[in-house]
Amino acid sequence: MTTRAFGARVLRNEDPRLLAGQALFVDDVALPGMLHAAFLRSDYAHGRLNGVDLGAVRERPGVVAVYAAEDLGDYWRPGPLLVPPPPIARAVFHERTQVPLARGKVRHVGEPIAVVVAESRYLAEDALAYLYADVEPLPAVVDLAGALAAGAPRVHDDLESNLAAHVIQEKGDWEAARAAADRVIEREYLYDRGVAAAIENRGVVANWDARGDELTIWDTTQAPVVIRNGLAAMLGLSESQVRVIAPFIGGGFGPKIMMFYPEEVVIPWIAMRLGRPVKWIEDRRENFFATSHERGQIHRAKIAVTREGKVLGVWDRFLHDTGAYAPYGLTVPINSQCTLLGPYDVPNYYSEFEAVFTNKPIVTPYRGAGRQHGVFVMERLLDAAARELGVDRVEIRRRNYLTPDQFPHDHEIIYQDFAPLTYDSGDYLPALEKAVERIGYHQFINEEKSRLEAAGKKVGLGVVSYVEGTGIGPYEGARVTVEASGKVSVATGVGTQGQGHFTSFAQVVADQLGVAVTDVRVTTGDTREFHWGCGTFASRGAVVAGNAIHAAGVAVRRKVLKLASEILEVAEDDLELGGGKVQVKGAPQSAIPLGELAARANPLRGAVEPGTEPGLESTQYFGPKAGSTASGVHAMIVEVDPETLTLEIKRYVVVHDCGRVINPMILDGQIQGGVAQGIGNAFYEQLHWSEDGQLMNASFMDYLLPTATDVPAIESDHVETPAPWNELGVKGAGEAGAIPVGALFAQALDDAFADVGLEIREIPLSPNRLFELVEEARAAISSEPP
Amino acid sequence: MTTRLPITVTVNGEARERAVEPRLLLSDFLRHELGLTGTHVGCEHGVCGACTVHVDGRAVRSCLLFAVQVHGREVATVESLAAEARPETLHPLQQAFREAHALQCGFCTPGFLMSLLPFLEENPDPSEREIREALSGNLCRCTGYQNIVAAVRLAAVKLRETAP
Repeated sequence: MTTRAFGARVLRNEDPRLLAGQALFVDDVALPGMLHAAFLRSDYAHGRLNGVDLGAVRERPGVVAVYAAEDLGDYWRPGPLLVPPPPIARAVFHERTQVPLARGKVRHVGEPIAVVVAESRYLAEDALAYLYADVEPLPAVVDLAGALAAGAPRVHDDLESNLAAHVIQEKGDWEAARAAADRVIEREYLYDRGVAAAIENRGVVANWDARGDELTIWDTTQAPVVIRNGLAAMLGLSESQVRVIAPFIGGGFGPKIMMFYPEEVVIPWIAMRLGRPVKWIEDRRENFFATSHERGQIHRAKIAVTREGKVLGVWDRFLHDTGAYAPYGLTVPINSQCTLLGPYDVPNYYSEFEAVFTNKPIVTPYRGAGRQHGVFVMERLLDAAARELGVDRVEIRRRNYLTPDQFPHDHEIIYQDFAPLTYDSGDYLPALEKAVERIGYHQFINEEKSRLEAAGKKVGLGVVSYVEGTGIGPYEGARVTVEASGKVSVATGVGTQGQGHFTSFAQVVADQLGVAVTDVRVTTGDTREFHWGCGTFASRGAVVAGNAIHAAGVAVRRKVLKLASEILEVAEDDLELGGGKVQVKGAPQSAIPLGELAARANPLRGAVEPGTEPGLESTQYFGPKAGSTASGVHAMIVEVDPETLTLEIKRYVVVHDCGRVINPMILDGQIQGGVAQGIGNAFYEQLHWSEDGQLMNASFMDYLLPTATDVPAIESDHVETPAPWNELGVKGAGEAGAIPVGALFAQALDDAFADVGLEIREIPLSPNRLFELVEEARAAISSEPP
Repeated sequence: MTTRLPITVTVNGEARERAVEPRLLLSDFLRHELGLTGTHVGCEHGVCGACTVHVDGRAVRSCLLFAVQVHGREVATVESLAAEARPETLHPLQQAFREAHALQCGFCTPGFLMSLLPFLEENPDPSEREIREALSGNLCRCTGYQNIVAAVRLAAVKLRETAP
């Protein structure tokens, strides 16, 4: 009776409000009597904080209150460790988490020291100029490579060094692999990232309603339920007294799930203390210092291969910059360590990392969450091996892929979700073949490249592979209700930052209940609507919340069928749903609208029988036993201007496998956006630090986000290997686009400058840096004996 | 307290009178004085373009103007494009954005729409290069711009069809 919504290109339910400027974002919240907060932040990367003089500020116009760490009393406490270290034998982890307002020491530029609350944001910022923080600067730990050197300044005085964590994971026997190899290739790589730069900065509005005995918080968080539970505990309130709303969020990408940011802790406390609503909205400059980053890793890596290019083993040791605190535990470096293995059969693996405290903002996951670093190392090693062995770079990948009969595949190391790194499913060769065919690989390397080079052009092609562990637990839940109007409401605990959940989740339910997608109203990110769950991260919304919603939809469908079979006096098997009605198959005159059925399930007279519930409603949960492994191949042809070293991407092909697809339009959009962020990471975006830990380019004037003239049209194609461990068969897709782009740029640029033997060993690049690397390569060739 | 200056501005066709501090940004005036929160603020230094509005028909960044500078002028914000947030009542450019999936989080979108309207008036049949140049003053972190380019093409067709 209706066409299937799952898998269809359905336009988004949320778009009209967003397009008309009528969607609520956190900074749009305006409440009577609302005050505005501004934070005094450290100008120094590292320093002894001897005190803060608040006296002069209280007299400034419009100032209502001002607080430093001491004023918080017992409420002052380091933030929680969000993710404890996974159960890996002999792992070392030093827990140091961020504090609400600095006390005794400042550890990165932008760390909050005091907060002013005033009648307007303008007045609050005016008042900041009258605050004096007595900071005695100390030498800063900025350089990752030198952070563990003897005599380096220490970020945390009570630790013996800047070591934050030390982890070794092993599989098989690297030494034996090395001994058996025809060739062992060793390289050093540097992979750096930057800021997520969601166009909406962070913000918090808190309102303590004394009469209602309830605290309401609007927060740009990706995890409203966790924020609610944490704040209730900190403030000594019942969880049901705290309502956290993550309304429309203007992009998340990971940093909006860092918990708890100091502002998230301080603003609700102030609102309760003053009995007035308080708003804090981050500005762009603050965002560069006060919102988490992802940053550098330095890898020393070896690959042991046979003459034919079969990988026998990989050895890798790396340093990871975790910033001044590590509230997110080991998630990012563990992702690097695990994702390095990619789609390949690596029988022997030794991986060791040291995470290091530095006097820089906190590092937490940002779209890809360390996976970029791992993929870069493995893909570069394979490229180096292919070059040394004279094996084609596509061929060496083909020779090392896991084959479909090897799934589920246990890599024998522990992943970020504490479970063994097990790939649920995959089939990598078809994606590679599609990408190679689509980009015209053989034609390019055999004909086109030399033709274009003869015409004076510098062109190169890249092809790289990756996997992404997605859809990890622990769980999400959802409630599905058929209302008396006949419309369906869905509530889930995850937040939404542009992923189209108001539509894709509606599609999942629409099929079960036979209603139009536009008749399904989805609520995400409001703890009053649903208060169980974790949040939107690790490409898990569609997998974990999606399957919970599916389960709730199936349960409500069962209730619909049961009640309708009683009313119509036919077997459930003889009924069908569609067009918002349930009816005896092929008998439209018997149809009962779902709304009418919902009313009959919730009668004003007549008791609910023991063991039954009123209404057509169900709440269900989904907790995957392990994640689902998405994968893909990216291929690109790039042209480099030989004079300016600027780039033009001529073609960009993505062949992606994320299992069954709920909405191909939304999926392609996710991939396109991910690739754009990857392009930014590879060639435009870089954080520049001074020796004393100042971020030198903290504005959009100087930190270059890709624009419409930098990002090409992406040609997408799909392979579908359904996820076996969830009923919908879906895998996550949110982060995938961003993951392999650095590795792809490196290979394509090597190819463009094959004449000078260029081998890129670092990301990000820029025209300037590429010029230097090409010149170095050229000099190395000319100094070689003939 | 700082002196306030009286200003009169026509916003979305309606005359508004307010006394404002000379330092009040136009973006803050629209959002917080008039409650027109469809105009978004992304960087407040004139790069991201999220706060783009029209002053006397030209696209400008409202974070780079003071409210007093628009005294006596006509301002249009994203709220002027559609009377209601329903698919069928949206402006053809907004409809094209929806049909081409040219928005994800939607935060930068009002700025894109307001930048594009004068562009499409001047260039009813733009090439891809012209579209990309026109978009390059607005940052979007979600879409990778590809679908925005497609939406502009689609909008150009729609607007040509409905043109008198």
